[in-house]
Amino acid sequence: MRLTLVTAKRVLTQLRSDPRTIAMIMVLPCLIVGLIAWMFHGTDTLDRFGPVLIGFFPLFVMFLITSITTQRERSSGTLERLMTTPLRKGDLMGGYVLAFGSLSVIQALVVTGFALAVGMDMAGSVPLMILVAMLSAVLGCALGLAASAVARTEFQAVQMLPLVIVPQIFTAGIFLPREAMPTALQWIANVLPLTYSVDAMQKVTAGQGLGEIATDLVVVVLWIIGSIALGILTLRRRTD
Amino acid sequence: MIVHNPKPCLRYDSRVTAAPTSAVRARGLSVVRGGKDILHGVDLDIPAGHVTGLLGPSGSGKTTLMRAMVGVQDNVTGELTVLGEPAGAAALRRRVGYDTQAASVYADLTVRANVEYFASLAGLRGSDAKDAVDAALTSVDLTFHAAQRIASLSGGERSRASLAATFVGNPELIILDEPTVGLDPVLRRALWELFRRLADDGRTLVVSSHVMDEASRCDRLILMRDGRVMASTTPDDLLADTGTTDAESAFLALIDREGSAS
Repeated sequence: MRLTLVTAKRVLTQLRSDPRTIAMIMVLPCLIVGLIAWMFHGTDTLDRFGPVLIGFFPLFVMFLITSITTQRERSSGTLERLMTTPLRKGDLMGGYVLAFGSLSVIQALVVTGFALAVGMDMAGSVPLMILVAMLSAVLGCALGLAASAVARTEFQAVQMLPLVIVPQIFTAGIFLPREAMPTALQWIANVLPLTYSVDAMQKVTAGQGLGEIATDLVVVVLWIIGSIALGILTLRRRTD
Repeated sequence: MIVHNPKPCLRYDSRVTAAPTSAVRARGLSVVRGGKDILHGVDLDIPAGHVTGLLGPSGSGKTTLMRAMVGVQDNVTGELTVLGEPAGAAALRRRVGYDTQAASVYADLTVRANVEYFASLAGLRGSDAKDAVDAALTSVDLTFHAAQRIASLSGGERSRASLAATFVGNPELIILDEPTVGLDPVLRRALWELFRRLADDGRTLVVSSHVMDEASRCDRLILMRDGRVMASTTPDDLLADTGTTDAESAFLALIDREGSAS
């Protein structure tokens, strides 16, 4: 556990040396929320899409950051060195999740605060919304770790986005209610994790409580655990 | 304050005296990499408490052999024992320090932050960690650059930072892949003096190089070519045996001898 914390601290220190990235993580989602508020001024678009975006941004950003960072760890030779130290593979994965997870809490707070400030009408609980946003961030991080098993270069890591994340955006019920999709696609959507974090976010927006979103959260947590396990299993100490 | 000839930084470790006389033992060690045979049935013994030079041209299998010793090389067959345990055993990860050929440190962290991280991974904490970090930085003469990011350093400074990260955990067996490449002669000499002090202190060092001049700095030599061990000897015996006066000519003499034998 100590090595997990030490690794999380190292990753956060690395991030701190790149203040521009941190600023972008915080500001860019606000810009998009602001754009929607401005474009659809006088309609309920922000009220409907704002919460979904707040749940989705952290997933998107953390997925990218995690897969690129792990790729960098591989190409810089530090991963090979780490594999010769007492650091366990779970410590490394845990360290990443902890570091990026804490960053995403701040992101969720900033974006939620901004959305409320520009007039998002929110019937439900703000803390629950932040909880869902945080879980999707950790999910993004975990999926990124799992994807790094497949991606061997930074270019491939970026291409994992249209493979792993983009299809989920379409099937999660953001643009089209899931009931209106072809049956086969509904089955697929029922398996993918973003479906459940979007569902949770929509329920929170509608004013429902923790009891109503518990199942959604459990599915997301299972996906997180599964993805991290996949990341650990596919990370090899011995390479060619 | 400038510290000249810093004292060996590393704590005395009782485990060193208990180490077997052979720190590394290989029998019939073979490695296939990308469908190509890189090592063909290597036999070798590396004595504990000495500096052993692993010499050979680029592509002779030095890095692959070192990677096998630290347990990160895949497709290894044959016997390879390190400090009495099979190479790559989890218990060895505290006892073996490895520095890759390219400096493997985090470019966006300071020198100190890098060395501190590897100290933590080695299980050091509190004032022990701080002392070990200071000593490791002093040993590679990077104290004055401690607060600089790796990205802002020269190539030589980076590789020294990478060395400090290897030394900080006070490993019994230190495996260094071409640590002196690209360094200026003064620094190279300082590093070889450091390796010597570490060995005098009871540590075992395996240092690879493709620069034959560095042979004279070692206690033992393993000469490699095309994935085979050509000779396992001492610098003096090598010269006497080949009737040459420098390691480069000795290496060539060995190749010629092999050529005429086959």
